Amino acid sequence: MTAPITPLLSVRDLRKTYGHRIGCADVGFDLYPGEVLGIVGESGSGKSTLLSCLAGHLEPDQGEVVFDTRADGPRDTRRMSEPERRMLGRTDWAFVHQHARDGLRMGVSAGGNVGERLMAVGARNYGNIRNEAIDWLGRVEIDETRVDDRPSAFSGGMQQRLQIARNLVTGPRLVFMDEPTGGLDVSVQARLLDLLRGLVRDMGLSAIIVTHDLAVVRLLAHRLMVMKSGHVVEHGLTDQVLDDPQHSYTQLLVSSILQV
Amino acid sequence: MIRLENVSKSFTLHNQGGAVIPVMEGATFDVARGECIALTGNSGAGKSTLMRMIYGNYLTASGTLKVGDVDVARAAPREILTLRQHTLGYVSQFLRVVPRVATLDVVADPLLSVGVARDEAHDRARDLLSRLNIPHTLWSLSPTTFSGGEQQRVNIARGFAHDFPALLLDEPTASLDPTNRETVMGLIEEAKARGAAIIGIFHDSEARMRVADREVNVSQFTPRRVA
Repeated sequence: MTAPITPLLSVRDLRKTYGHRIGCADVGFDLYPGEVLGIVGESGSGKSTLLSCLAGHLEPDQGEVVFDTRADGPRDTRRMSEPERRMLGRTDWAFVHQHARDGLRMGVSAGGNVGERLMAVGARNYGNIRNEAIDWLGRVEIDETRVDDRPSAFSGGMQQRLQIARNLVTGPRLVFMDEPTGGLDVSVQARLLDLLRGLVRDMGLSAIIVTHDLAVVRLLAHRLMVMKSGHVVEHGLTDQVLDDPQHSYTQLLVSSILQV
Repeated sequence: MIRLENVSKSFTLHNQGGAVIPVMEGATFDVARGECIALTGNSGAGKSTLMRMIYGNYLTASGTLKVGDVDVARAAPREILTLRQHTLGYVSQFLRVVPRVATLDVVADPLLSVGVARDEAHDRARDLLSRLNIPHTLWSLSPTTFSGGEQQRVNIARGFAHDFPALLLDEPTASLDPTNRETVMGLIEEAKARGAAIIGIFHDSEARMRVADREVNVSQFTPRRVA
């Protein structure tokens, strides 16, 4: 019934070690267009290391990270030249950091933060860039009157939304997110979740979300990978993994949630 | 439309000494298009468990569990997602939604995800919410703040928004007043009339007698506990 589609991202046998310590090992999966994959596990389980390896921020020791590029079809991003990989990072890929400060330029205005990414892919008309920036601020619910303010004058939740606008303005096809709702209070989290879900649906994005918050993945992720000590111990449909966990670690993780 | 053959399931509780609890054995039955079957059996017999297995929410240990052409017991997550999007609907007892999303959008969501235009999806959502007597004034609000009964009705509206060829209904008439109960019975009868295969759990025996064509007693699939 399901048509054979090329995976957007295909990961095989990925491994990263820090000396004798395993960062992540034997990781392999396919991510299809429009799909959201959640990666959960406690701190130190290797989920952030994995995300960094996938996004090309860390050099893995072995394995393949094959991305279905617009121009040339599936290509191993590890074999791309540095400029090619950087171009990918500015166009089809986006990375949303846990701390908005890591993903924003704090000394540049909100509009500038969004516009900068457009300029990096060749936009030159100031008026168009500014209008596009204002349009995106609106989509992430930041008032137009704040376009010239610096992010340092924004609240944590607004900074996070600005970071998302900056990342999505170039219409990426794959978004990496590292604890996107971490450190935000719950009402702001809800708003951000709603926003992310809407954007994923409307833009047909694929996303990989690393988090330790099981409620977040239940609402956002189609599929879930559970990591422990650098290894994927369980992988499946999100609600199946959470409601009928098979591995002892996942059972512990799920039963440890405080009920509200 | 739905066919179960020799389906079994057990839970392994790793954190309780690795206890293995068999809960289902040899479950075999099928449901034709336009037919509604009611799962019966005592509390704990495994009615909801079986329903969750059919939905792919619980893993199936062995046997085949076909919905249309898809064997849910063996399908990849992606195939199950497609099945749930187009073919198999599930009205659970609990509404689970992203906070802040308006009720109208919650109900229209299943239609939007199969590519129905926004206006048409919203029209259908309005129609269902009206039929289920959810006051107009609530449509733009998130259902997270609604009463239990209202949430249940929003959940039903959402479940019936898209014309799924197969439907799983877990206590669809529980906690409803007579008027709304009647509406839900009507929705189930309409679904049957258009050819949907339905599996339901109805504690309300009157409702069960009215919509169900057959009963399947789940107790016959409950393994004898090894002492």
